[in-house]
Amino acid sequence: MADFLQAFHTALRLIVTLDPRLVEIVLLSLRVSLLAVAIASVIGFALGGALAVYRFPGRGAVSVVLSALMGLPPVVAGLFVYLLLSNAGPLGVLQLLYTPTAMIIAQVVLVTPIIGALTRQACEDLLEEYDEQLRSLGASSRAIVATLLWDGRYRLITAVLAGFGRAIAEVGAVMIVGGNIDHVTRTMTTAIALETSKGDIALALALGIVLLLTAFAVNAALMGVRRFAVRLAYA
Amino acid sequence: MLDPTSPNGAKASVNGHGPLLPLELRRLAYEANGKRVIDGLDLIIEEPGITVIMGPNGAGKSMLLRLIHGLIAPTGGEVLWGGKRLTRELARRQAMVFQKPVLLRRSAGANIWHALGLRGIARVDRAIRVGDALKLAGLEGRASTPARVLSGGEQQRLCLARALSLEPDILLLDEPTASLDPASTLAIEQLLIDAQRRGIKIIVVTHDVGQARRLAREVLFLHHGRIVEHQAAKDFFESPQSDTARAFLAGGLVL
Repeated sequence: MADFLQAFHTALRLIVTLDPRLVEIVLLSLRVSLLAVAIASVIGFALGGALAVYRFPGRGAVSVVLSALMGLPPVVAGLFVYLLLSNAGPLGVLQLLYTPTAMIIAQVVLVTPIIGALTRQACEDLLEEYDEQLRSLGASSRAIVATLLWDGRYRLITAVLAGFGRAIAEVGAVMIVGGNIDHVTRTMTTAIALETSKGDIALALALGIVLLLTAFAVNAALMGVRRFAVRLAYA
Repeated sequence: MLDPTSPNGAKASVNGHGPLLPLELRRLAYEANGKRVIDGLDLIIEEPGITVIMGPNGAGKSMLLRLIHGLIAPTGGEVLWGGKRLTRELARRQAMVFQKPVLLRRSAGANIWHALGLRGIARVDRAIRVGDALKLAGLEGRASTPARVLSGGEQQRLCLARALSLEPDILLLDEPTASLDPASTLAIEQLLIDAQRRGIKIIVVTHDVGQARRLAREVLFLHHGRIVEHQAAKDFFESPQSDTARAFLAGGLVL
């Protein structure tokens, strides 16, 4: 018990003194996940908006697949990107495996279905209400997508935050394609896994606390956005 | 805005018999789930001013309006505007106001701005037209208010202002005051009368007999997807020809 208290104490000190090792890992995690979510947002918004508005053969199937992929296990996403980027894979020549870029790609694969499916749902709900009015105003399909994305902006923000929560907390995908290399591809989650098994509980705890705080911050932001939207009757 | 003497050719032509009128329906039919909601309508509307479509619930009034506007495609027959089938160009000279106000999750001004943008109006003109339209609807102080926190009456006035800002030749309204208080209803009716004076052809669906009396120049009475009567308002209210219309006007339940 005393050991744990000691470890907890050390963990807090690491955080308060902004231990360089800790900061390096936290910053890399944030960089990878934020970039992945930014890219996934652009793809997800376009995909979700188009799926809600355009009618084409196979549209239903694409929607179902997208929704199903929301629950894609991170290790499977990691495996898929690993196969893509490994020397024998189609993108092997790029030599991206075990780089932060590989981790970003894996998280994009993981998060795009989440943002895409939530965007589609938000746009479809709005379209039900707006469809006749927008067509009466003479809107093209493209203009309708743009209108829906803007009017669904608060729901899209929550979709993005949900995607970020998923990306920052997953360990499987970044572990497989990043390899948890010290100073290169070591993120909060992979570091926690490693340090715990090594017995360096203090650093693992410190990272765990930072991760938890990040989750709290994301949820607080979610709630704030929702309240703001409701107040303006924009929810 | 909305000046009938404006140099815009299409606009000037609305007075009298513009290219959009007469509106002609030929054997127009619409079938949904095996039920004929609109049952082979033949009709010519050539009078300017306000045409009121009346009839009991389920008569097919809203459906007819949507067919005329091109929001849904008929399953039989055709709609002709000035002898021509509805094209995208012709549709853009119409505007429609729905029973339940549909407003975007933006400010009142932004709602009108958005509609004008869809019609490709230049930004400089848009700003002026947004101001004019809000003023027309008595909402000038509400430009930056989120549209969906406005009262029901204000929301419908905004919808009407948005429709009028497009300077349509034809304005279609589906029970625009069905859920509004008397003051808001009066404001909407006043806007319609003003618009009609500027040469805009108005077709309005209502089941409010009082409103029909106040507005109509001619009346179209619909029942079970068929036209039961089509005549000048004065004649219709003084001497309805059919039993259903007589019963409807007397406030009886028409089945």
